[in-house]
Amino acid sequence: MASAFRRGSDAPLDPSTETRPQCVSRRTSRAMLNLHRVYEQNRQRVQQNLKDGAKVPEPIAVPHAKGKPRLLLMGQRRSGKSSISSVVFHKLPPNETLFLESTARIQKDSLNSFMEFQVWDFPGQIDVFDNPAFPFDMDAIFGEIGALIWVIDAQDDYLEAVARLNATILHLQRSYQHINIEVFIHKVDGLSDDYKLDIQRDITIRIQDELSDQGVENAPVNFHLTSIYNHSIFEAFSKVIQKLIPRLGQLEAMLTNLCRTCRFEKAYLFDVNTKIYIATDSTPEDMASYEICSDYVDVIIDFTEVYGSWQRSPEWRKRLEGPPWEQKLEDQVACEWAESGMVLADAQRPIMLREVDRFLALVAIMKEGSYEKMPQINMNVDVVVKGLTEFFEITKSKMTPTAVPGGVTAVGGGNGVMNGNGVVGDGH
Amino acid sequence: MADYDQPSGMGGHPSTAASAAAQQAAQAQLKKVKKQKVLLMGKSGSGKSSMRSIIFSNYLARDTRRLGATIDIDLSHVKFLGNLTLNLWDCGGQEAFMENYLSQQRAHVFSNVGVLIYVFDIESRDVDRDLATYVNIISALVQYSREAKVFVLIHKMDLIQPMTREDVFDRRVALVRRKTAEAVAIVRKQKPESQPSGPGGPAAGSVPQGSLPSPSDLSTPIPDLEVEMQLFATSIWDQSLYKAWASIIHDLVPNLSVIETQLASLGVAIDADEILLFERTSFLVVSKWTSPEGESNPYGDRFERMSNILKAWKHTCSKFTGTPRNAEQFSDFEYKMGANFSMFVTKFTTNTYILVCMPPGEARFNSAKLNVAAARPWFRFLDGPSMIAPTAGMGSSQMLSGLVGAAGGGGEA
Repeated sequence: MASAFRRGSDAPLDPSTETRPQCVSRRTSRAMLNLHRVYEQNRQRVQQNLKDGAKVPEPIAVPHAKGKPRLLLMGQRRSGKSSISSVVFHKLPPNETLFLESTARIQKDSLNSFMEFQVWDFPGQIDVFDNPAFPFDMDAIFGEIGALIWVIDAQDDYLEAVARLNATILHLQRSYQHINIEVFIHKVDGLSDDYKLDIQRDITIRIQDELSDQGVENAPVNFHLTSIYNHSIFEAFSKVIQKLIPRLGQLEAMLTNLCRTCRFEKAYLFDVNTKIYIATDSTPEDMASYEICSDYVDVIIDFTEVYGSWQRSPEWRKRLEGPPWEQKLEDQVACEWAESGMVLADAQRPIMLREVDRFLALVAIMKEGSYEKMPQINMNVDVVVKGLTEFFEITKSKMTPTAVPGGVTAVGGGNGVMNGNGVVGDGH
Repeated sequence: MADYDQPSGMGGHPSTAASAAAQQAAQAQLKKVKKQKVLLMGKSGSGKSSMRSIIFSNYLARDTRRLGATIDIDLSHVKFLGNLTLNLWDCGGQEAFMENYLSQQRAHVFSNVGVLIYVFDIESRDVDRDLATYVNIISALVQYSREAKVFVLIHKMDLIQPMTREDVFDRRVALVRRKTAEAVAIVRKQKPESQPSGPGGPAAGSVPQGSLPSPSDLSTPIPDLEVEMQLFATSIWDQSLYKAWASIIHDLVPNLSVIETQLASLGVAIDADEILLFERTSFLVVSKWTSPEGESNPYGDRFERMSNILKAWKHTCSKFTGTPRNAEQFSDFEYKMGANFSMFVTKFTTNTYILVCMPPGEARFNSAKLNVAAARPWFRFLDGPSMIAPTAGMGSSQMLSGLVGAAGGGGEA
């Protein structure tokens, strides 16, 4: 079984393991009828919106959306671009980034996960737009949908960086408006909270003034305060990547639903390799919850590496499948994916984790006293996981040229949520 | 180990009131085991206080930057497992202090020592000088506490290129061993003069020394004058620190043989692959048991890794809950990795946590959890000095009979 928690599970996709999970058998219970009602309501509302001509979220029309989404890392030299990509995508310990060499050419990485990303790390000394000796092919760089991440060193004089960023934004606004511009105000560890906000305000104002002078309004520019020495860099990347996920709303709705019915405080869908969360429920976000969930994923990865990465002997297996069990090991377990639960000493807010597929894991902080209802919660989570798997199958096939019409995606996503509802209704 | 071997050794004594004497000696031994004097020495800035803070006060490695230099001796009593207290003497390493320990405070510092932990900074510029100090310390130790165990930690290994680490360590080990032998040789020569004048301590290591006939002192002690020492490469940035400290602690834990036997019986009864017993605050491995299948695990460093992982996890929890670092953080941690393996970490006795790694299977997992809970009373002696450990044989056989029923019931459920 390919698992997200096994390191180096980069084996090519095996079609046999990707079989679509069967939906729970359908019988007309009261809960089911209830579901139907909710579904109908949703559908009518959508149609109503369509009639009213309200804005329906639709994928941004981009001429070449066939390839993988691309993240471009740019900024002044020594601002920390390569450190960021090493820490986030290659799991380099932050204190070892001191030894990284300066980047001389564009570093292209691809990130295999639930979606495939490309990460391009640009050397700081190259100006892509103003390089007469060796002009860059702009379409090749900016043609794909994606995000431009501009890294600014907050502990350095940033005026030049801001000036260059402004020039870049102006260039992009002319021909590549679909690119999100994410500004990482970096190396803010060790700065006081007030000072951080001052810097952020200053940079924001400088950029907005310059842009409005040039007649550009509402450019898609976002700001994040980051540092590789804490979780902020992962959180910032999470936000960046979430913007690139098609139909994120559906994912969030599923998680929100799960939280409501299982009385979870907060639920995250993690990409296990990078510890970026690709979706969360709609409750307000707080750093503490993200940190503990992300560290939880780390602990599980470590446990798996130590105890799960080696092959047990056939005799061991034979003994365990023999009397008194008389069952295959696979049949002795309840769930073929990794699942875990943890109770804090004060018995409040237990945490649970469930592997979704080769790349993703669902981590949730529960409320006090809900640990006793773990079996029920596990059932609910099971259903939501099935819904998620369906969701990704549908969105994945949408990325390929033979696209499924958008309407189907919505229904498919809705279906998953509905299934989640159904079992929960039975349980309570 | 210490408790049970000692009385039998005393039995060899040709004494009339053999049993009474043995009992008294055993009790004295018990008291001595309960409080262990541990000296932590080394050059200033070599990382003694940092490692102490990480192991016993739950500091994160990066938090140790805040620590200032230790002035003179920082005494702390670390309660470990309820019936063992470590008297940790963190000795400031500046030269003025060192000279003071070796001259004025010599008897005070070096008598009754159970363990000396000497820390070398691998990056130190003046190795010869470090070694000279080390030789002086060792000779003082041998003079006053001959049975003391010596642990030499070659510290800050993270600063050495990973490729050359082993080489550098091996070379340093050879050097330290040679110097230790030199130190012992010096004492050997001095022995005749120092023995009469030295305050050999009436309360100090008197039991074995008292039994030796004093006139033959000149000739007999020389051959057995050996320093029992172990060397470790350590760094506060990885799990190597836990490995070193686990072995330091390992020899000090009373009733170790009982713990080991009982852990083994438990492991067999619940069909586990591996069981680790951790001390509650430091998460050092107190004892472990591994099944024959578990022995094929390629990760030889897994014990200290688990210490490190759980300690870090505890830290995360304390940040989340807002409770103090040293407080208890989690009570139960379950993990089932599909048809691969299952494991759980749970609070065991008041002072310990237990980690069980076992084959997959829901029924097996649940019955193992019940059984571990049922086995708690058999480890209760770990919690307080008043509790007397059950003798190894009786405890395990009774425990087994107590467990079998539960295992059967769990299997059927």
